[in-house]
Amino acid sequence: MTDATLDAAPAAPASARTGAPAAGAPRPVPFRGGGFQPSGRAWAGPLLFVLLIGIWEWGSASGWITPLTLPRPSAVAAVFGELWASGRLWEHLGPSLGRLAVGSALGLAAGIGVGLMIGLFSLARAGLAPLVAALFPVPKIALLPLFVIWFGIDEASKYALIAFGVFTPTVVATYGGVDNVDRSLIRMGQSFGLSWRSIVLKIVLPGAAPAILSGMRVSLAIAIILLVAAEMLGAEHGVGAFVLTAGSLYDLESLFCGVAILSALGLAVSFLIGRLERRLLDWRG
Amino acid sequence: MDLRLDAVSHAYGGVEVLRDVTLEAPAGRITCLVGPSGCGKSTLLRLLGGLERPDAGRALMLGDPPAGSLNPLTYVFQHFALLPWRTVAGNIRLVLEDHPLSRAERDEIVADVLARTRLTDFAKAWPRQLSGGMRQRVAIARALAARPAVMLMDEPLSALDAQTRELLMDDLVALWGRERFTAVYVTHNLAEAVRLGHRIAVLSRRPGQVREIAEIDTPLEDRRPDDPALVAVQADLWRLLREEAADADRELTGA
Ligand SMILES: Nc1ncnc2c1ncn2[C@@H]1O[C@H](COP(=O)(O)OP(=O)(O)O)[C@@H](O)[C@H]1O
Ligand SMILES: [Mg+2]
Repeated sequence: MTDATLDAAPAAPASARTGAPAAGAPRPVPFRGGGFQPSGRAWAGPLLFVLLIGIWEWGSASGWITPLTLPRPSAVAAVFGELWASGRLWEHLGPSLGRLAVGSALGLAAGIGVGLMIGLFSLARAGLAPLVAALFPVPKIALLPLFVIWFGIDEASKYALIAFGVFTPTVVATYGGVDNVDRSLIRMGQSFGLSWRSIVLKIVLPGAAPAILSGMRVSLAIAIILLVAAEMLGAEHGVGAFVLTAGSLYDLESLFCGVAILSALGLAVSFLIGRLERRLLDWRG
Repeated sequence: MDLRLDAVSHAYGGVEVLRDVTLEAPAGRITCLVGPSGCGKSTLLRLLGGLERPDAGRALMLGDPPAGSLNPLTYVFQHFALLPWRTVAGNIRLVLEDHPLSRAERDEIVADVLARTRLTDFAKAWPRQLSGGMRQRVAIARALAARPAVMLMDEPLSALDAQTRELLMDDLVALWGRERFTAVYVTHNLAEAVRLGHRIAVLSRRPGQVREIAEIDTPLEDRRPDDPALVAVQADLWRLLREEAADADRELTGA
């Protein structure tokens, strides 16, 4: 459409000409392309966090929130300081971290292995994929008594529970990732006579790595939940046991302190995965 | 080493793709393969390189590959097939890693093919940082690193814009002038075939059969776009191809 046809249009309503700039006058093209690109803005998370704590502290100090409903943040911090000073923090955090590390490592290794098999071999896919789909929705916590019978009341049953919880989402993420590896790259590897091992290690695994890493975000969060559950059901030390004791005494300050430690643990795990992603996936730019 | 297809037929799930194709790719020359899209050119190339087994007939290697050839039948793909998680040098090294070569030998081969394709300055770049033309140059460098007896090129320039295609064609002509490599070069672009091909085989629409084989004697480095002899060949081939392409275009795609 040209200016000439616009001006010549007899039907152009007079009102459109009076309020707005004269018809045909240059005006900027309206911008419509924003959004749908989450990025940056790293300050927003901490800011919201500080803001919430600030409101909460202010509410407690002014008596608007009673200590019986919610403990005061500064009181929770004081409990934490005490734990830190007395060394009891590590008494609880140490065993928890150990269980998390061992259980997750076992679950990740087994999950990536089985996921690769399902992704690569038709027989494994036909046999194992339905099995994993059947195991996925089972609440793993419900199996803790079973694991206690199999592996004893000690550490082994906790490792097994965490490993099992990490295992199923890792399998699903891994074989989904393998399925999405560009087949033309595998063809390329075959056409250059690469060995099967090379194709798996240098083409399939790196191609599936983004999916495996984003699966890890989910599975390690599950691992923390299971860690606490296992420690609540039978442990002397550990963050879960600490939270359980505090809860049964209605010691809300300690309870919140334990919960905050768990949140921090989640944040730390997420941060570490982010670092790992940046190291392993730097080729994505 | 020559490569030959001997009465090859092939079908995918009941759809006949190639019918009784006999074709020879003589050593030291570029054999171009043109045909309408979907006529089985890529399939034919996969059969030639052993990525697929023909239903009937045979793909044959005649003679021995040159000594030191790491991968006698080597592909150059339309969409480059570079690993995005490896640098330019890493992509080339990939095809050397499974061979018993010392580290120094590998580095030497990589440096050599990078120099031959004028990519030395880009050794450490990631594929995503390169233009399409540069990526295809990397893929060609990678193919050269395997010291092929025959290069199997599947529409190597089709994903590139017209100007880049011209530049890369010049590069290929210069490369052939130096190395006299053997190639089977698939394209749907007649201008490319007439510029690069010593022999040009025209395939019919699906099921692909060889309609005609044209030989062009003008040396590659002397071919000008306005050379009347070449223009005549191209017009001839276009007449053949045109009917096939028109018919192929009206067909429903099987799958
Ligand atoms: N792996 C495959 N499975 C089933 N059909 C295929 C496969 N590869 C190609 N085809 C079919 O075979 C025909 C020829 O394909 P192709 O060789 O890619 O043609 P061209 O490269 O000449 O365009 C097409 O109809 C295509 O759909
Ligand atoms: Mg093709």
